[in-house]
Amino acid sequence: MIAFVIRRLLQAVLVMLAVGFVGFSLFAYVGDPVSIMLGQDYTQEARQRLIQDLGLDQPFFIQYARFIAGAAQGEFGISYRLARPVAELLLERLPATLELSLCAAVLALAAGVPLGVYCGLNRDGWLARLLLSVSLIGVSLPTFLIGILLILFFSVILGWLPSFGRGDVVQLGGWSTGFLTPTGLRALILPSITLALFQLTLIMRLVRSEMLEVLRTDYIKFARARGLRNRAINFGHALKNTLVPVITITGLQLGGIIAFAIVTETVFQWPGMGFLFIQSVQAADVPVMAAYLMLIAFFFVLINLVVDLLYYLVDPRLRIDKGAAGGHGGH
Amino acid sequence: MTQNLLEVENLRVEFPTRRGTLVAVDDVSFSIAPGEVLGVVGESGAGKSLTGAAIIGLLEPPGRVAGGEIRLGGQRIDNLPYEKMRRIRGKEIGAIFQDPLTSLNPLYTIGRQLTETILTHLEVSEAEARDRAIKLLQEVGIPAAERRIDHYPHQFSGGMRQRVVIALALCANPRLIVADEPTTALDVSIQAQIITLLKRLCRDHGAAVMLVTHDMGVIAETADRVAVMYAGRIAEIGPVRDVIKRAKHPYTEGLMGSIPKLGGDEAKLAQIDGSMPRLTAIPKGCAFNPRCPKAFDRCRAERPDPIAVGDTKVACWLYDDAHKAAAE
Repeated sequence: MIAFVIRRLLQAVLVMLAVGFVGFSLFAYVGDPVSIMLGQDYTQEARQRLIQDLGLDQPFFIQYARFIAGAAQGEFGISYRLARPVAELLLERLPATLELSLCAAVLALAAGVPLGVYCGLNRDGWLARLLLSVSLIGVSLPTFLIGILLILFFSVILGWLPSFGRGDVVQLGGWSTGFLTPTGLRALILPSITLALFQLTLIMRLVRSEMLEVLRTDYIKFARARGLRNRAINFGHALKNTLVPVITITGLQLGGIIAFAIVTETVFQWPGMGFLFIQSVQAADVPVMAAYLMLIAFFFVLINLVVDLLYYLVDPRLRIDKGAAGGHGGH
Repeated sequence: MTQNLLEVENLRVEFPTRRGTLVAVDDVSFSIAPGEVLGVVGESGAGKSLTGAAIIGLLEPPGRVAGGEIRLGGQRIDNLPYEKMRRIRGKEIGAIFQDPLTSLNPLYTIGRQLTETILTHLEVSEAEARDRAIKLLQEVGIPAAERRIDHYPHQFSGGMRQRVVIALALCANPRLIVADEPTTALDVSIQAQIITLLKRLCRDHGAAVMLVTHDMGVIAETADRVAVMYAGRIAEIGPVRDVIKRAKHPYTEGLMGSIPKLGGDEAKLAQIDGSMPRLTAIPKGCAFNPRCPKAFDRCRAERPDPIAVGDTKVACWLYDDAHKAAAE
């Protein structure tokens, strides 16, 4: 178990180094930071000095090592566009994105899993068929369109909910939260639904097909033959066996929610990291882009690690337990 | 004669399909006395497993009981609502399936699966249920049951898992066990142990057994009576000694003839020519007539009903009075 965690952590470090390399490469290939920083009028001398100051005259690997060393300390340089430390910019916007992603993930799970179970248990019922057909919309409509449609309906026509921004936020020791004010909560509703809809329908369809699969297995038939109550069979035996694939996909989707909040944040002018990223792309603000890339990669690595640990909790077959396996081969 | 525990009368199981209704079990009648072991043999697709599934009320849709009655201890059980039948499953009728490797839920300890079954059917505390589970595991011959009860199914071998499955079937002391090919998936060396165990435990617990198998050897060792099924119908049913030693139906004769004998020096194994008809193309008259060496005109025109010959009932026109009279 400990060996497993250590192995996974080493793999995570390798992944982060590789992503760091991509992020670092951005500096070399996307625009010329020296020209951007010097502006239009400069002397050759000033240019040389800046190159030296920035360490750009050093060999490639030294530059890379410096970048990684800085990144490991949360030091990603200065934003070209806003002339402020990148880490500071990202940290300011992190709460907005995480709160939105959290709401979307909770919504997707809280609605997706029960709906999937329902559709799996009543596969031929009219409501299950209807849900399944409607879910196709969620899977196939692009997120920005869903967002715009929601704004049109609930903000423009009905005027019930705000169409942009976070509403009022409360500062809790460096963390700005929208959970504590009525306007903050109201502002969360439409973006959360927009961001959750795709994941919700995906989880629902996944849980449904996994349930159908598991309900066909011998141990479910045997559980019925033992006369167990339906509740115990459906939720105790069947649902738990669908969890491993559901955890895998949900974990990856959670990373996806954080990453693809870009589109939703842009549609709703949500002051999060994704919105910052889009603005940075427009301005070729490479340090912000590189840092964002690494941060998202870090989230993915972290989530994958948690997912792997959850497998151990759910599936006893993965727990390597040499002492107890003595029964193998005995009759 | 004592009252029968299980009575199956004119049972008919149908599968509606797009191309018409398939009759998988047709007009099957038999009974099992308390404590008796009835073997049911036949080729794959003969309807023997479906008969078992119909008795425990777990036919897979769209399969359904389309006619006849199943009675347990005099009470009709084939038309019960799901919830009432659920209370009978596990409590009155235990079931054992073919593959012990897939019969147990991999995510729960065997102890949890045993106690949940006990708590579902019996009014006992959790501690009592656990004690009972340990006792059952000891009875089915799991060594160190107190320790092994907290292990997961993957930590047991196939034979051990089938023992656990048997313990699960016996949890609430059912009066009848429906065992569907309980040894088919196991190593030959373990099959005999499991069969012996099953027979002993059912005798100790006073449970009758309906033993579905295609293994004549298992039947000969275990069963009191045997029913031979062919294409959804019972070809012959009677005491195991009579059916094996003095098979009456030509199909049973063929089955017996195809078992190789130790020490025999026949160069070629006897076999029945042809194969069992598909359910979509059951021949007119006796379903066995195209393969039967003794078939005559009537077999191709009329379907025979079981005819009593001694203690045996056989569905064959050879034993009809008119045919016998003509032969004399």
